[in-house]
Amino acid sequence: MANILSSGKIGKKHLSERGLVNLFIWPTLILLILVNIFPLFYSIFLSFNNYSVIGNKLPIWVGFQNFKDLLTNEQVWNYFAITGRYALLSVVLQTVLGFGLAMLIREKFKGSGIITTLILIPMMLSPVVVGLFWKLMFNPGYGIFNYLISWLGIPLTTDWLAKGDLALWAIVLVDVWMWTPFVMLLVLSGLSAIPEYLYEAAAIDRASSWFQFWHITLPQVAPLVLIAVLFRSIEAFKSFDLAMGLTGGGPGAATRLISIDIYTRAFLGQFKTGQASALAVIVLVVIIAISNLYITALNKAKES
Amino acid sequence: MATIELRDVVKKFGDKYAVKPMNMTIQDGEFVVLLGPSGCGKTTTLRMISGLEAVSSGNIFLNGKDVTWAHPSARDIAYVFQFYALYPHLTVRDNIAFPLQAQAVKRDVIERRVKDVSNLLKIKHLLKRRPGGLSGGDQQRVALARALVRHPAAFLMDEPLGALDADFRETMRAEIKALHVAQKATTVYVTHDQIEAMAMGDRIVVMSNASVQQIGTPAEVYHSPTNLFVANFIGSPGMNLVKCHYQGGKLTLPGGSVYVPAEGWQKTLDHQLGDNQTVVLGFRPEAARVSGEPKISADVFLVEMNGSNVLLDLHLDDDNIVRIRTNRGVNYGLGDTINFDLDPQMVRFFNPSTEAALVME
Ligand SMILES: Nc1ncnc2c1ncn2[C@@H]1O[C@H](COP(=O)(O)OP(=O)(O)OP(=O)(O)O)[C@@H](O)[C@H]1O
Ligand SMILES: [Mg+2]
Repeated sequence: MANILSSGKIGKKHLSERGLVNLFIWPTLILLILVNIFPLFYSIFLSFNNYSVIGNKLPIWVGFQNFKDLLTNEQVWNYFAITGRYALLSVVLQTVLGFGLAMLIREKFKGSGIITTLILIPMMLSPVVVGLFWKLMFNPGYGIFNYLISWLGIPLTTDWLAKGDLALWAIVLVDVWMWTPFVMLLVLSGLSAIPEYLYEAAAIDRASSWFQFWHITLPQVAPLVLIAVLFRSIEAFKSFDLAMGLTGGGPGAATRLISIDIYTRAFLGQFKTGQASALAVIVLVVIIAISNLYITALNKAKES
Repeated sequence: MATIELRDVVKKFGDKYAVKPMNMTIQDGEFVVLLGPSGCGKTTTLRMISGLEAVSSGNIFLNGKDVTWAHPSARDIAYVFQFYALYPHLTVRDNIAFPLQAQAVKRDVIERRVKDVSNLLKIKHLLKRRPGGLSGGDQQRVALARALVRHPAAFLMDEPLGALDADFRETMRAEIKALHVAQKATTVYVTHDQIEAMAMGDRIVVMSNASVQQIGTPAEVYHSPTNLFVANFIGSPGMNLVKCHYQGGKLTLPGGSVYVPAEGWQKTLDHQLGDNQTVVLGFRPEAARVSGEPKISADVFLVEMNGSNVLLDLHLDDDNIVRIRTNRGVNYGLGDTINFDLDPQMVRFFNPSTEAALVME
């Protein structure tokens, strides 16, 4: 009793509870406003202006002109298509592979702990680094990738990053390599949350393993799979660093993802800051739309 | 329809026995109750019969066929789990249909069977709901429906009424018993409630500390318990068990009363125990006959009205209490001294060191 009282007094002497709360909140809030909120609104503002950061001129209000230009530009639509194809391919592959890996690792076997840790390593690396060393591996002269492929007996040795139709697949491959573990981790946590008694009840009910998979495992992990897909779709849609490191959008514009296009408009040669901002706003709207679709699906899955 | 036989079935978790060598044969259509206090191995026994738990040693036979290592799905046994184990993501209808769908039964047959069984258990109005939102009693009915829907060879039920309140328990108890009478399916039913066991079982298997204490009809375990544990565990209150001194054909009870057992018991005590020995005298509360003659005398110390009768707690001496049932017509005051005799048919004796019942010769 005496202890509690005295410690209370000491607390009061130094800081009120309110003061402590402020001390924690304000630095974070100020930082958020400076690096997130302000740039967001500033770029929305710029998207309605003709402006270039190197132009030494004040922004000129042009209304929806930037949006009109972008949305009537066939190339922009093409970049969206490339981004969509890239996102679809890599998310589907990651989800299928991650799910499969999770099902395998779910069975505890000798060394499963170490193997799980090893599988998770790609996810912990920086995408720029991953892009760089995969670029080395894809190198047609001394890269190990072609060697491995020919060793497996697949006659496909080529310069992966220089062929228009293969380059996108190469980026998908690296993205899958990097992010499959993430899906696996989420699915694994979903799998381990399924109570064992459901499988016991199913064994009593004479359900085959196949039937158990479709009627118990899948519906039980569905919400977590959807969360994984949501995260990965958003990430894939705004993916930049990996593709930039591997191909820089090339060859030609074969792997020019929409974010690379924004980057090009904003910083390479043209410095069209206003137009780049407008494209960024469009991407933001698209991503919010996709997220809403998933979240609706997620809520439905959770209800059941 | 099925017979179930356990031969020297043992289950160990590490070094610890969950079930010590167990032998029993369950006849076709029989309703057998596994009864025992918490942790005595009832669930483990049931799980071994179902195949969810592997035996450590011994053999299990279904219809004379050795199924010791057969998968649960190969045994055609339905199991009602202690905590229901319903599929939370499926509707009640799909929960009940699950065992049929798993066997690829035709859609219209499933429809009909689900309808029949949900009529039987009065859960038709719940079919579209999910189990999570149902009351314990309704979840219980769904679990039962899932077991009943496929006409299995045998039912295993693990404390199916354990989570229900007293009123509803009695209703459901009657319903399950009625279902059994109608279907005549072999049933093994687990409970730790001895009243439930007495009410439902054709035979009762009393377990304690991982081993079987007695197997018998409700009347047998009630009137002729084979040891002190069963005598005390069955009945509410349990059998009165009084340590007495036996000498020269007479028993001296704590507090000094003297009781002369029937001639058959005198012979038995002389043979099996010898003269001048301690023996445990056992009698049910309703075996006492309050009488004028001073046979056994004791002081009233608590009076419990039970509606149809009165339960009296009596002090033989400071350390020994016996409880007897008497007619509710007579009023007794606290501290009154009562004299009573025992119905000779209902007197039992136990060996205090082995705890086993003596058998009258
Ligand atoms: N998987 C397990 N691992 C280790 N010990 C176990 C396991 N399952 C049960 N036991 C032990 O075996 C003993 C018997 O357990 P069991 O569940 O069969 O008891 P029970 O009679 O069903 O009890 P209750 O009335 O509480 O359900 C207990 O001491 C329990 O701790
Ligand atoms: Mg149990």
